[in-house]
Amino acid sequence: MASASSSLLTKMPTPSNTTISFSASLSPALPLFPSQFYLRRHRRTGNALRVQSKIREIFMPALSSTMTEGKIVSWIKSEGDLLSKGESVVVVESDKADMDVETFYDGILAAIVVPEGESAPVGAPIGLLAETEDEIAEAKAKAASAGGSAPAPAAATPAVSPSPPVPAPAASAPPPPLPADGPRKTVATPFAKKLAKQHKVDISKVVGTGPFGRVTPGDIEAAAGIVPTKPKVAAPAVAAQPAPIAAAAPPKAASAPSTPALPGSTVVPFTTMQAAVSKNMLESLSVPSFRVGYPIATDALDALYEKVKPKGVTMTALLAKAAAMALAQHPVVNASCKDGRSFTYNDNINIAVAVAINGGLITPVLQDADKLDLYLLSQKWKELVEKARAKQLQPNEYNSGTFTLSNLGMFGVDRFDAILPPGQGAIMAVGASKPTVVADKDGFFSVKNKMLVNVTADHRIVYGADLAAFLKTFSKIIENPESLTM
Amino acid sequence: MQASLSLSVSNPAAIPRSSHGFESSIPFPSKPVNLRFCGLRREALGFSSASTYPLSTSRSSRSVARSNKVSASLGSANGSSSAPKSFDYDLIIIGAGVGGHGAALHAVEKGLKTAIVEGDVVGGTCVNRGCVPSKALLAVSGRMRELQNEHHLKALGLQVSAAGYDRQGVADHANNLAMKIRGNLTNSMKALGVDILTGFGAVLGPQKVKVGKDTVVTAKDIIIATGSVPFVPKGIEVDGKTVITSDHALKLEFVPDWIAIVGSGYIGLEFSDVYTALGSEVTFVEALDQLMPGFDPEIGKLAQRVLINPRKIDYHTGVFATKITPAKDGKPVTIELIDAKTKEPKETLEVDAALIATGRAPFTNGLGLENINVATQRGFIPVDERMRVIDSNGDLVPHLFCIGDANGKMMLAHAASAQGISVVEQLTGRDHVLNHLSIPAACFTHPEISMVGLTEPQAREKAELEGFEVAVAKTSFKANTKALAENEGEGLAKLIYRPDNGEILGVHIFGLHAADLIHEASNAIALGTRIQDLKLAVHAHPTLSEVLDELFKSAKVSL
Repeated sequence: MASASSSLLTKMPTPSNTTISFSASLSPALPLFPSQFYLRRHRRTGNALRVQSKIREIFMPALSSTMTEGKIVSWIKSEGDLLSKGESVVVVESDKADMDVETFYDGILAAIVVPEGESAPVGAPIGLLAETEDEIAEAKAKAASAGGSAPAPAAATPAVSPSPPVPAPAASAPPPPLPADGPRKTVATPFAKKLAKQHKVDISKVVGTGPFGRVTPGDIEAAAGIVPTKPKVAAPAVAAQPAPIAAAAPPKAASAPSTPALPGSTVVPFTTMQAAVSKNMLESLSVPSFRVGYPIATDALDALYEKVKPKGVTMTALLAKAAAMALAQHPVVNASCKDGRSFTYNDNINIAVAVAINGGLITPVLQDADKLDLYLLSQKWKELVEKARAKQLQPNEYNSGTFTLSNLGMFGVDRFDAILPPGQGAIMAVGASKPTVVADKDGFFSVKNKMLVNVTADHRIVYGADLAAFLKTFSKIIENPESLTM
Repeated sequence: MQASLSLSVSNPAAIPRSSHGFESSIPFPSKPVNLRFCGLRREALGFSSASTYPLSTSRSSRSVARSNKVSASLGSANGSSSAPKSFDYDLIIIGAGVGGHGAALHAVEKGLKTAIVEGDVVGGTCVNRGCVPSKALLAVSGRMRELQNEHHLKALGLQVSAAGYDRQGVADHANNLAMKIRGNLTNSMKALGVDILTGFGAVLGPQKVKVGKDTVVTAKDIIIATGSVPFVPKGIEVDGKTVITSDHALKLEFVPDWIAIVGSGYIGLEFSDVYTALGSEVTFVEALDQLMPGFDPEIGKLAQRVLINPRKIDYHTGVFATKITPAKDGKPVTIELIDAKTKEPKETLEVDAALIATGRAPFTNGLGLENINVATQRGFIPVDERMRVIDSNGDLVPHLFCIGDANGKMMLAHAASAQGISVVEQLTGRDHVLNHLSIPAACFTHPEISMVGLTEPQAREKAELEGFEVAVAKTSFKANTKALAENEGEGLAKLIYRPDNGEILGVHIFGLHAADLIHEASNAIALGTRIQDLKLAVHAHPTLSEVLDELFKSAKVSL
């Protein structure tokens, strides 16, 4: 940034071609090294479309293919100077080099919109060119109303811009050049300062949350309404990634039609994972699904769990194993409907289990869950969760599921209903096991632990009776869980 | 660096390797002698700043004399300052850094009975606290940078999930490398029959060196090669934890969130490359008006565009850090800045750590220079162009030489080694003056910076004085096939030359592998090869060396 102070022109990297011309055309993004021909062609349309009076805007040219923003090193001409075609008017510093920019038009430099030392995005007006003296005043007025802002006119009134709400738009005067810290004591890190400049955030108005109260890059991003690079993970919201989900928040946010944002709201774009969830949830709308619930007594399962817990067996493994054993007897529930015309029976029983992870949702898959014993399954599950946390799951470790298990019981949820992931025939939503008063056939009351299991299935292939039969088998296994350990 | 380029008149002859006309006084090892240089010469420079380069043997207080071989000479030589009649050695070198090592190997090759005195660890600064471990860190930072540059990887069609690093693993890599190179160095000297005398060396009198407390060794000639230590300006309190020098930084004991680097020369730049790649934010504090003083201005400007502006770095130029207080009692490191010109207080920075990279100071205290009437100048030992030590009357001290950082001519590891070889050449009957303008320098950032000879302003100044014309040619890495294949087209090579006779005055490169590319130019300067001849030389295609090929071809020599 400070390098600009030098007016030394480095002409590089192509020693032969150091001068660039700007046009007053409308095209916001000039191609690299525009040719004369190109410019002429646009002159006419430019005049016709936008510039009623002969006031032309001087745009920030694109000096390299990667340039998004340029900085005015120096204005060679001052306001009021007569310009003739081909003269150098301004020196622009791109991400690569300093270059002289020359005019293609005769005229008068009526107003400088972006002063020396400041930056503007490619295509933004940096100055105004009037054809005659009479138009200078008009051009100046125009410049004043345009302020220093980019093409999207954020005018004098602090308008709430539709996208990232920028606190206190620093109108035409962005924060002072970097090192000039006044007496006020705001400490900001180098990257925070860079971001603040980029997003036009006034650092002095940002409350620092870093060590010693310093302003961190995250603070600036928050102030500018940008997703922090490392999302701070909120409480785990369970559901499953490339598919299943407890009807939870994400889909809602996704489907919310474009209602106007309330003032003070913050727009946070989806991460890749969240975007995948959103897509999968929408896809499920094309599947005719239905749900069947079933209460299951878990006293025996709980007792077994207490016994095997010290050996490293988790409840997830127990449920997955039970589901897999039940699926082995009801292959249709383990099938899927790919084309709407046929059943696809899967040879393997791969149980995907939904896990909430870092603000997202993923479904690590326990492959061949019916064939592995409980201990191997638990071991496998532990590995998968670790990999998921480290974002190291291989695609076949999260997208090879044939049946999904989603358990919210640990949060005390008594029942919920899951959305069917694409490519699978059924998903099981498991609620908490709670002491329940039951009457047996002889009229005796007793208290038993019961949990509600709710399966969502694709009715094209799985019918109500299929699901009921599967659930009955599943409940038998849970209520007589000895077979799980075999 | 400018100061160090004072030797311009010179004999550009290459260093002769053949040893004719000299009888070996000790049996020569039968191994081929040239091989032993490997490993070392390459370790050159690295790392250091405009005024100073590593190469020292820091003398620890450890002063163990355990050389039985020389104890016999003790009694007879003690207390007398007259020159002894017979000598224990032909050559004694004080300091086993890269300079001393280079001199020792060449001396053995030339048949001199040689001993090297080391008070700390063999290898000196370069191997232990300088070029070598810093290269290990930079190798890591280079890879981290590549793996983190999604845009770049995407352009190559690569997908990599989040790259991370283990600080201790990185630190171990640097430490292991230093140990390995140190071992190589020690073994190479032992294998050739160089006696390594452990202890703090000091000059007792003409041709007499004290090693440790009470061992005295005599030699026909003595070379001082004691190197340098990091220079810490007044007012700066180094605690080794939050306020550190390069010595500490190379151990990479922690990676601060925000580190201020005082000094933007080679050392500062290289560390900014390492720290930003590992996730730190960096603030430079530079006393001069612009960053990277000492580099050719054009190269400096481009380097700033690539190495500073897009990274998480900001800077304060034209300011002195008058007071730096380490973090304590829950307070951050504070750095008080004053304006370099007006001396008015400017502001106080609060950061997590500060690295002092303000250069290096010669390590010449306690060397017994008073015994031979030599006064140091700001710590440096005055020498003539043949590295002969000059005493306070301006006379040459017979049989005493000083090479490397301790003489301050050009504080680079490989410069020290070249000076040592030059001295040995003289001792063995062949006059030799080293052309310092042919010594290349490099900064191992990503991409690298390298240079040899004069910068453009220096060349223009010289041209004005001597009345010749200067021309400049430039080529871009963007036009190089290999660079584009690597997707590393960012870079510039610049040639400063005399169009009237084709002499190369300077070459500056910023770009991929610049440090390796410079040698074609430095060899040409050393050998006096002219551009018109270089134009006819052939370069393999496609290689980065074609950048220089293009460069020479684009020069317009009017012959």
